[in-house]
Amino acid sequence: MDISFKEVSHTYQPNSPFEYHALKDLSFHIQSGQFVAIVGHTGSGKSTLIQHLNGLLKPTSGEVKIGDYRLKADEKTANIKGLREKVGVVFQYPEHQLFEETIEKDIAFGPKNFGATDDEIKARLPKVLGAVNIDASLLNRSPFDLSGGQMRRVAIAGVLAMEPEVLVLDEPTAGLDPKGQQEVMDMFYRLHHEKGLTTILVTHSMEDALKYADHVIILEQGKKHLEGKPETIFVQKDRLKQVQLDVPEEIQFLMDLEARLGIKITYDKHSIDDLVKEIKAQLGGGR
Amino acid sequence: MASSLIIGQYVPADSVVHKLDPRTKIMMIFTFVIIVFFANNAYSYLWLTVFSLSAAALTKVKPRFLLKGLKPVWFLIVFTFLLHLFVTREGDVLTTLLGFPVYSGALIQGFQISLRFFLLILVTSLLTLTTTPIEITDAIETLLHPLKKIKFPVHELALMMSISLRFIPTLMQETEKISKAQASRGVDFKTGPLKERIQAVVPLLVPLFVSAFKRAEELAMAMEARGYRGGEGRTRLRELEIVARDYVAIGLFLVVMVGLFYLRT
Repeated sequence: MDISFKEVSHTYQPNSPFEYHALKDLSFHIQSGQFVAIVGHTGSGKSTLIQHLNGLLKPTSGEVKIGDYRLKADEKTANIKGLREKVGVVFQYPEHQLFEETIEKDIAFGPKNFGATDDEIKARLPKVLGAVNIDASLLNRSPFDLSGGQMRRVAIAGVLAMEPEVLVLDEPTAGLDPKGQQEVMDMFYRLHHEKGLTTILVTHSMEDALKYADHVIILEQGKKHLEGKPETIFVQKDRLKQVQLDVPEEIQFLMDLEARLGIKITYDKHSIDDLVKEIKAQLGGGR
Repeated sequence: MASSLIIGQYVPADSVVHKLDPRTKIMMIFTFVIIVFFANNAYSYLWLTVFSLSAAALTKVKPRFLLKGLKPVWFLIVFTFLLHLFVTREGDVLTTLLGFPVYSGALIQGFQISLRFFLLILVTSLLTLTTTPIEITDAIETLLHPLKKIKFPVHELALMMSISLRFIPTLMQETEKISKAQASRGVDFKTGPLKERIQAVVPLLVPLFVSAFKRAEELAMAMEARGYRGGEGRTRLRELEIVARDYVAIGLFLVVMVGLFYLRT
């Protein structure tokens, strides 16, 4: 589903001393099937933005279009439940939303609300469990018996079980250990390709944005600061510095390499092994 | 949304009322709540209304914001008025409304009672509007201090109060966060039959309780780690102090009181 924002502004508690402009005239377009990273500082409006993606918030002015759904101020959106079924949101610390007696029931909660039959849900279970790497033997346990990382993955499974077309991820790796972070991100990346999802990742991590996204939007105080391909965005060190963001490690490394040894490599989603090969080649055939 | 409710919300501003000692404010408002009931004629009500409105004006909180914040209680005020209008049977019959006779006494009494109600709510909400929760609990702790002699746990009570006040916004945020998460999993809190809406609260309440207990445990641990062992021998960073400003306020308030008893019949 294509997503487009047209001059979207959102103001919290308008006309009060607590008035706060979270988004200001924000416009962008996301094509169906893209992996988009939204990067910005705390308070840059990221969380407000993603709540517009499934109608939890409405713009105070401007227009949001998600597929055929339209969100506009003072206009009732038809079939908002249908929109929420198609756009799955994994919120920050999604394990906080677990509540059922068993893991199975909790995963089934979303799909059931959207009218999936028990048989359908049974059929989806093995797939989502496999995706998040949770063993089927745990299904009858209470979600509160699990470790933090497992709880996170069960909560994610609950969103995946809704079989959304758009997946919105709000810092899905916050609070996980490095290995867990890598696993979760790789899982989302795999799902993105396997199911042809449109994925929107909100993150603090420049490295993740560079590695996974094919489009990056940088927000600053509710406005769009930069937008474009990660390879072109993340080399603009000065522009990033303006909003207290750093260049991703990989790019910084390549910049240092060029400054010290005069080796020029343009980053193009290299893996570490590929980079090593390329550097070796440039240094003159692996001495 | 809950944000339109301002009762209990602090609005920072640089005003005389904000700067008053919280004990002065509490005592004045406490007395006001009592003396409101002594007003019994037009002049005394007018006198109190002038006092309340000028107090509200002194806080420098925008009147529009104040009135909007009182929105949830408007209903109660109007309801009180209507109730009196139809139930009280004093004075002459003025007219009939919807088949009920309306008495002149009812009109007057209805108006007085709802005005009294309005003044009470307005003035008490001024306390929380201009005083931080911490100041309020500090003031209560000092005001209740004499009760310590009869082994009343004053410090513990004040601590409990400040902790609960401190966590109201946190819990509200948490509620909003979880309800949003569940809404995007297809829970419908707003429409549908009553039974389903009541059931929709379960996915909200369970995580809320889980996190509240977790938070309480963490807080207790953090307090112990910082050496908390009750109020014994504890000193304060901010000492409450009654200054000239407070004496002036108390003096003015006494004038209001004397004036009221002079005006009432």
